[in-house]
Amino acid sequence: MPEDQSIAIDVRDAVKRYGDFTALKTISLSILDNEFFTLLGPSGCGKTTLLRMVAGFEDVTEGEIYLYGEEIKNLPPHQRPVNTVFQNYALFPHMTVLDNVAFGLEMRGRSKAQARSRAGEMLELVQLSQFSNRKPSQLSGGQQQRVALARALAPQPKALLLDEPLSALDQKLRKAMQLELKHLQRETGITFVFVTHDQEEALTMSDRIAVMSEGELQQLGAPRDIYEHPHNMFVADFIGETNLLEVSVDTIANGRATCHLGGGHELTCNQVDGIAVGAKVHMSVRPERLFISDDPAEGESLKGRVQENIFAGTDITTIINLADGPNFTVRTSNSNRGNKRIFEPGNEVFVNMELGAARLLVD
Amino acid sequence: MAQRKYDIKSYRGFGAMTILCLVVLYAPLVVVTIYSFNASNSITVWEGLSLRWYVDVFSGPESAKFKLAAWNSFVIAIIASTIATAIATLAATAIVRGGKFRLRTASIGLISLPLMVPEIVTAVATLIFFNYIGFDRGLLTIVLAHIAFCIPFAYLPIAARMQGIEDSYEQAAMDLYATKRQVFTRILLPLMAPGIISGYLLSFIVSLDDFIITNFVKGAGIETLPTAIFGAVKQGIKPNIMAISTMLLAVSIIMVTISYIVSKSDNTK
Repeated sequence: MPEDQSIAIDVRDAVKRYGDFTALKTISLSILDNEFFTLLGPSGCGKTTLLRMVAGFEDVTEGEIYLYGEEIKNLPPHQRPVNTVFQNYALFPHMTVLDNVAFGLEMRGRSKAQARSRAGEMLELVQLSQFSNRKPSQLSGGQQQRVALARALAPQPKALLLDEPLSALDQKLRKAMQLELKHLQRETGITFVFVTHDQEEALTMSDRIAVMSEGELQQLGAPRDIYEHPHNMFVADFIGETNLLEVSVDTIANGRATCHLGGGHELTCNQVDGIAVGAKVHMSVRPERLFISDDPAEGESLKGRVQENIFAGTDITTIINLADGPNFTVRTSNSNRGNKRIFEPGNEVFVNMELGAARLLVD
Repeated sequence: MAQRKYDIKSYRGFGAMTILCLVVLYAPLVVVTIYSFNASNSITVWEGLSLRWYVDVFSGPESAKFKLAAWNSFVIAIIASTIATAIATLAATAIVRGGKFRLRTASIGLISLPLMVPEIVTAVATLIFFNYIGFDRGLLTIVLAHIAFCIPFAYLPIAARMQGIEDSYEQAAMDLYATKRQVFTRILLPLMAPGIISGYLLSFIVSLDDFIITNFVKGAGIETLPTAIFGAVKQGIKPNIMAISTMLLAVSIIMVTISYIVSKSDNTK
């Protein structure tokens, strides 16, 4: 048993099978106390299954789940001190907003009056006091979302589980709720486990992210770490935009690997363990780490020709074709345009990056 | 509108057919209702508006018989529909919420079977059953038989309602520390209430109106309203029968209407 109280949820070798289908293949991860932790992955990757296993709605085929050192995998949902915010909120339609929020407290044995007064405080926290006597159906989607949050937080769970709670909201509301959730997590000091398929959402809100795919953990780390140092092809491709190119490794020295891009172009990448000379692997470099110039700059430079400019408001995306080689997508921020030279299609240019911006990936 | 061409209302003879159907279905009811207010002793000659046959039902020479029969009918209907609704609610909970279990399909079939079987067959079978186990016929046999055939009528609206309730409400309740029993009483039951009320009213009416099965399983000397009416009609139709029928019709219409309205009210939205 882990005595370490800094670990909120400890998932150990958890496997979930439905008949012949394996939804989760031996996942182990530790979610820290007071952490905003995100399970990120495309639909069907097993992230929701894992969350429901923690909540108690799915049994664990193999492995263990500990909540602050206590084995919980055999407890029914109502005996687990965790609460869930459901994707469709699941607010009880026949109860008022106040009774919805008070429900968990009442079930835990608080008197009706106590439960209601605490529920009132929770509604104040999410700024919905004036709606306490309404029915959930009389609220907007964003308001329902906040009621669901208040309801799940009211009994002061040891961890709050959130199952894609923002997916039903429109873009603007979503952005606002992302911040609100983050603040709420800090204010309450409760461990949040958040499930989403939206990588931007995950990067914005999380302390740490577990990227999942096909029932497996792909990478676990801080948002910045995952974005800047994707471990494998799936993570590089799934998180953010990237230039993903097939390369062959020529030489390896001092943590750098010199690679062939095709068409005689060479590039020095960061070396990763498990890649040997002669290997055909993938390389990733983020479009915003590249810049364009007329003459080769310091660092790594590749000669090419501008193919297309795509204007997207905050930035401009330029596609550059290396002679007989691959294309690079370069993102230039749309600030200081006056000082910046705009490269027109057909211009001969250099694509530049600092040494180390390009990373080799294991498949 | 271009669509109008394909509208069923524009088919030739649609209107006439509709009217024919309505007449065949409802004309007898309308005639009985109108003639129940007839002042005449005859059931066919109109002599003017009067409530005398309604007065006759409550205070005429046959009033005692009818009152007792009506009392029996209501007692039987209340007991039978209450028990049938309780059983149907549990059955719906098991079948709709019990996940996949062996004989689930068979259970659904078994529960709705009485709707398909000709009533006379059920009546004869029930009678033979009671004889076989040596059960004396009386009020109790009627109640038992009514419970049996009321279950599917109560089950259908309850199950339909239950299918419309997402199981995330129950999960949310469990997640918020409610035990299985609390989930049932605090969440599922209130959400199912419209279906349960609707099922109750429907089975109540079916029990109240039943003639065939009741006639077979009732003991000598025990009458319900339908069997009493039948008995009276055998000695010749008097206008007081029409008055009783009209009142029974009114009760049925009211209950079916309430049942319909309640089942339409959606407290999950």
